[in-house]
Amino acid sequence: MKVQATFMDRKNWKRLFSLAGVVLLFGVLYLFDRYGSLYQVRILNNMAIFIILAVSYNLVNGICGQLHLGPNAFITIGAYTSALLSMSPAEKQMSFMIEPLIWPFTVLQAPFLVSLLAGGVVATIFAFLISFPVFRVRGDYLAIVTLGFGEVIRVLCNALQGLTNGPMGLKGLLPYTNLWWSWGVAVFTVFVTTSLVNSSYGRAMKAIREDEIAAKAMGVDPFRQLLLAFLVSAFFSGVAGGLLAHLITTISPTLFTFFLTFNLLIIIVVGGLGSTTGAVIGAMLFTWGGEALRVVESPLHLGFVTIPGVPGMRMVLFSVILMVVIIFARNGIMGRREFSWDGLAGMMRLGRRG
Amino acid sequence: MTWTIFLQQMINGISLGSLYGLVAIGYTMVYGILRLINFAHGDLLMVAAYAAILGSVTFSLPWFVSFPLAVLATGLMGILLDRAAYKPLRNAPRISLLISAIGASFLLENLALVIIGGVPKGFGRPEVFDKVISFMGLRIQVLTIYTPVVTLVLLLGLMYIIYRTRVGIAMRAASKDFETTRLMGINLDRIIAITFLLGSTLAAAGGIMWAMKYPQVNPFMGVIPGLKAFIAAVLGGIGNVAGAVVGGFLLGLGEVVIVALVPQLAQYRDAIAFVILILLLLFRPTGIMGEPVTDKI
Repeated sequence: MKVQATFMDRKNWKRLFSLAGVVLLFGVLYLFDRYGSLYQVRILNNMAIFIILAVSYNLVNGICGQLHLGPNAFITIGAYTSALLSMSPAEKQMSFMIEPLIWPFTVLQAPFLVSLLAGGVVATIFAFLISFPVFRVRGDYLAIVTLGFGEVIRVLCNALQGLTNGPMGLKGLLPYTNLWWSWGVAVFTVFVTTSLVNSSYGRAMKAIREDEIAAKAMGVDPFRQLLLAFLVSAFFSGVAGGLLAHLITTISPTLFTFFLTFNLLIIIVVGGLGSTTGAVIGAMLFTWGGEALRVVESPLHLGFVTIPGVPGMRMVLFSVILMVVIIFARNGIMGRREFSWDGLAGMMRLGRRG
Repeated sequence: MTWTIFLQQMINGISLGSLYGLVAIGYTMVYGILRLINFAHGDLLMVAAYAAILGSVTFSLPWFVSFPLAVLATGLMGILLDRAAYKPLRNAPRISLLISAIGASFLLENLALVIIGGVPKGFGRPEVFDKVISFMGLRIQVLTIYTPVVTLVLLLGLMYIIYRTRVGIAMRAASKDFETTRLMGINLDRIIAITFLLGSTLAAAGGIMWAMKYPQVNPFMGVIPGLKAFIAAVLGGIGNVAGAVVGGFLLGLGEVVIVALVPQLAQYRDAIAFVILILLLLFRPTGIMGEPVTDKI
């Protein structure tokens, strides 16, 4: 009985630590919200959105080991759905000049939270529909089908003018997304994903990643497990799309190309495929590094000489980083390890000894 | 639709399809041996087009010198691509290889963007390809006729290499069983390099003809043709060289005919190929000419 009691204690302690961590995070956010510059707040918002995207993307790519290349499709769907719901009918009537908006959306208007949830739900529905062809295949084929789905969604966004306003996109969204929304959703995403990964479902997903046939022999139904991961991932991608839309307040199909997926892929590879902690670290590094690397694209003054900035140089660097990490340091920063309070305590003890 | 318009569309479809086919061969050959979608393959079209511009405009070489040089340069680029991005990962998990391929593709595109710039460059069409012939009320650009002819000649040459030479035997062996081929004393790195060389030269020929057809060369011009050519390769049965060309013809014809029959679908054109792919994978994942694959456990 005694053993069990201490075990419970330790678990509660860890929960308390995690709670304290979250409180500390929101304390820091409060300070930035109050005293930080607009630029800092914007970067922090971006950071949170990329954390949501990377953690949910990692669920399919890292935990289940399936190279899914279509998260941009679900982000698009979420962004458009939540934008169409949160805009006021008058604003929508003004935006849709070429072709009027189709019926239910002309009168609908919903609060921000409802529009975000709707974005996630619609993205999940699309994920469910596409999952049948997607999970019939594996490996490279799965990659190309999901990539193709992203392209189809992009083409539809340009073509279905009565729903998306075509290439002109939607303008004049209200900037609802603030630090509380974005980081609140980010913390929630990390919590849900971690719980899922640590549950028996998560273990089944990892089993599929390691050896699908062996997992099948152990009674795991690959389709059901992959579907679960795919749907959860699509839901959070959709919600993040809604957050992104209400952060930048203007959306158009050019925002959500394969390029976005490529960025997410860099994040999870650098962070360590299969580690939620890695995805969080990768997303933070990417957002911060992306800003820091703007230096290479702006003119460089060296006393007398001025080297003109080269647009596109950042993407060259990012591509090189991705290839170097995948070739020489395949595990990225975290490998498949996760952050835990026990691990931290262990490291501190080691540090004290050494 | 009148008879002449129908014929005109068929010819356009065959011409477009043969370009898809040329590019698809490279995908199918590399996939056959390495089991990898070479994502950077489409970007070789762009490399070839820029190399041809470099030869014809910067060094003012005649087209019959600059085009073969561009093809050769792109072939070497293909080998370099394998050495830099894929060779270090021969024993790595497949997902790493694919990620490296995507990275290589983005690297090529953005290097071109940084070095050359994003403004599309015009592609000077040599006079030989610019003529228009009138035939039974049809007006056809000679390029439209040359394209499938060049494709078929190159395909025959490739078939000869694959089925009648020692290198070809080694390539077929490697695609059947990688490890056993190595045990037979075949230098696989050399075979893989030759595979990339052949695939890339065909892609280069496709890229130059693509640039003559749509004379707007930009760093991202290879992305969409590359994806569609991959779909053509799957359609024909991946790993099958003749199948890739058949798949290319079918895809090109399908796209042109669907848009000609239902003009409202024109803006969905780029999505048609992917819808075909999704349907194909649902009902016949091995493609038209592919053999069913079974995994050994």
